[in-house]
Amino acid sequence: MSIAFYVSALLTLAGALASVLLKNKVHCALALTVAFTGLAFLFLNLNAQFAGFAEIMVYVGAVAILIVFAILLIKGSETPLHGVFSRSWPIGAAIAAGIFALLGWAVIESASHLPKPTPAHAVTVDQIGRALVYRYVLPLEVVAILLTVALIGAVIVALHEDGRTQ
Amino acid sequence: MTPLTCYLLVAAFLFAIGLAGALIRRNAILVLIGIELMLNAANLNLIAFWRYGPHPELLTGMIFAIFSIAVAAAEAAVGLALVIHIHRHTKTTYLDQINRMKG
Repeated sequence: MSIAFYVSALLTLAGALASVLLKNKVHCALALTVAFTGLAFLFLNLNAQFAGFAEIMVYVGAVAILIVFAILLIKGSETPLHGVFSRSWPIGAAIAAGIFALLGWAVIESASHLPKPTPAHAVTVDQIGRALVYRYVLPLEVVAILLTVALIGAVIVALHEDGRTQ
Repeated sequence: MTPLTCYLLVAAFLFAIGLAGALIRRNAILVLIGIELMLNAANLNLIAFWRYGPHPELLTGMIFAIFSIAVAAAEAAVGLALVIHIHRHTKTTYLDQINRMKG
């Protein structure tokens, strides 16, 4: 494995851990952008350039900004008095550790059955565009409808209700 | 270890971190952050299997990951709108204080 993989995996996992464990919510959102950037580097390591740059544009550019805006809108940037973890956090941590143990055991056990490494396959944006508009045109249309509906739904849900708040 | 095993282990750890975040935090926004981390771990698995799988020229895993990113963006927008709406009603985003369904 190359050193680029280790650096980006370390960046991803450290950012994810920090975004889960930090007390201040704004710091959590910033750590989340670090995790997403590391993940984009991992995608680039895997020769998936388009997915890597889409990850940066969608997650680092849009989702992280959306989360920061939500934190600021609900005035949630101060640390709460009663702690940031729920009362039942040992159970949640135990469940997560159990799931990791299970997944890790499955990956290690099935290592000999996994496909043999093949040489890198160069993919151009041209090929991805052709695949999107020929073979995967129906899912593309469904995703377009989904994004429109989600946009309208988010606006309607976040709107003020007339008559009750005014 | 083969490269695919390394990527799968990183994705498994990322999924476990996201699950822990969704289960142990009190704040609804931090729970959403945990869900985003879990979705990204699934994307990493999809792209790793596409890269090391038998037919990378079919682009299946890559296209799946791109659609998954689009759906996750929609999910984040609707989820955060819901959190803002709930905060307007109950003046809190702490999940242990949101304990009634009536609006």
